[in-house]
Amino acid sequence: MKLFLVLCSGILFGLGLSISEMVNPTVVLNFLDVFGQWDPSLIFVMGGALLTVAIGFRWIFIRQKPLFSEKFHLPTAKDIDKNLVVGSAIFGIGWGLAGYCPGPVIAGLAYLQFEPILFCFAMFIGFKISQLVKNK
Amino acid sequence: MQSLSSYLSPLFGGFLIGCSALLLMLVLGRIAGISGIASSLLNKGTTDKIWRLVFIIGIIIGALLLQLVLPKSLPFRAELSTIVIVIAGLLVGFGSHYGSGCTSGHGVCGIGRFSSRSIVATITFMVTAAITVFIIRHMVG
Repeated sequence: MKLFLVLCSGILFGLGLSISEMVNPTVVLNFLDVFGQWDPSLIFVMGGALLTVAIGFRWIFIRQKPLFSEKFHLPTAKDIDKNLVVGSAIFGIGWGLAGYCPGPVIAGLAYLQFEPILFCFAMFIGFKISQLVKNK
Repeated sequence: MQSLSSYLSPLFGGFLIGCSALLLMLVLGRIAGISGIASSLLNKGTTDKIWRLVFIIGIIIGALLLQLVLPKSLPFRAELSTIVIVIAGLLVGFGSHYGSGCTSGHGVCGIGRFSSRSIVATITFMVTAAITVFIIRHMVG
């Protein structure tokens, strides 16, 4: 039951990314092109998701614990440190270069196209490099 | 600007992404941050890999389902050069892990919890991404 619900959650995520066109890197780049032919539609994706989450989290956190875990696993870090800013800045450059961020490019694997497959491969190598650097 | 109705599917898609994040929080108490969920699959110390893999597979199934019902015309664009894709993939992977989150983890779930770290992270990657697009489209291209 637990894994079935997790699967449903993943499916909802994939549906949301594809219905909203976030899976299309051209739409993403047009959104990021603030000084050109700006396409604001992705604001509605983030806005819709944010609003849903902001309202829903309050309601979920009334519970003592989740349905299938002993506690809520929330990030404990509070400081705005160098890793956070440097990492996010680097991530943004990569996002702007190709128009893919981790969720949409994984959803994009469904289309069996060369670009997302290669991108995912490189992205996982990037994850690994960061893990090695951070654990040093 | 496009007509108002063209913003309904982004809004609805965003709502579904939000529902996904709520479901994962309700069921497992986990943040639906894709870079975190995906990257920890590579981590030897991660003991709970199964739900992470199931979630990732779910994302692909979700996109596949919509493609079966309402097919998008593929490919989305003329392919970028291999080297650009590889560099962009490395930067996205490295940066999102190093900065502890991406568009979903920081941009949606983090800001949804009013985390100041996530607000800073989201502004940072939005700005560097917009600058990158500006340079490529309006200075180089």
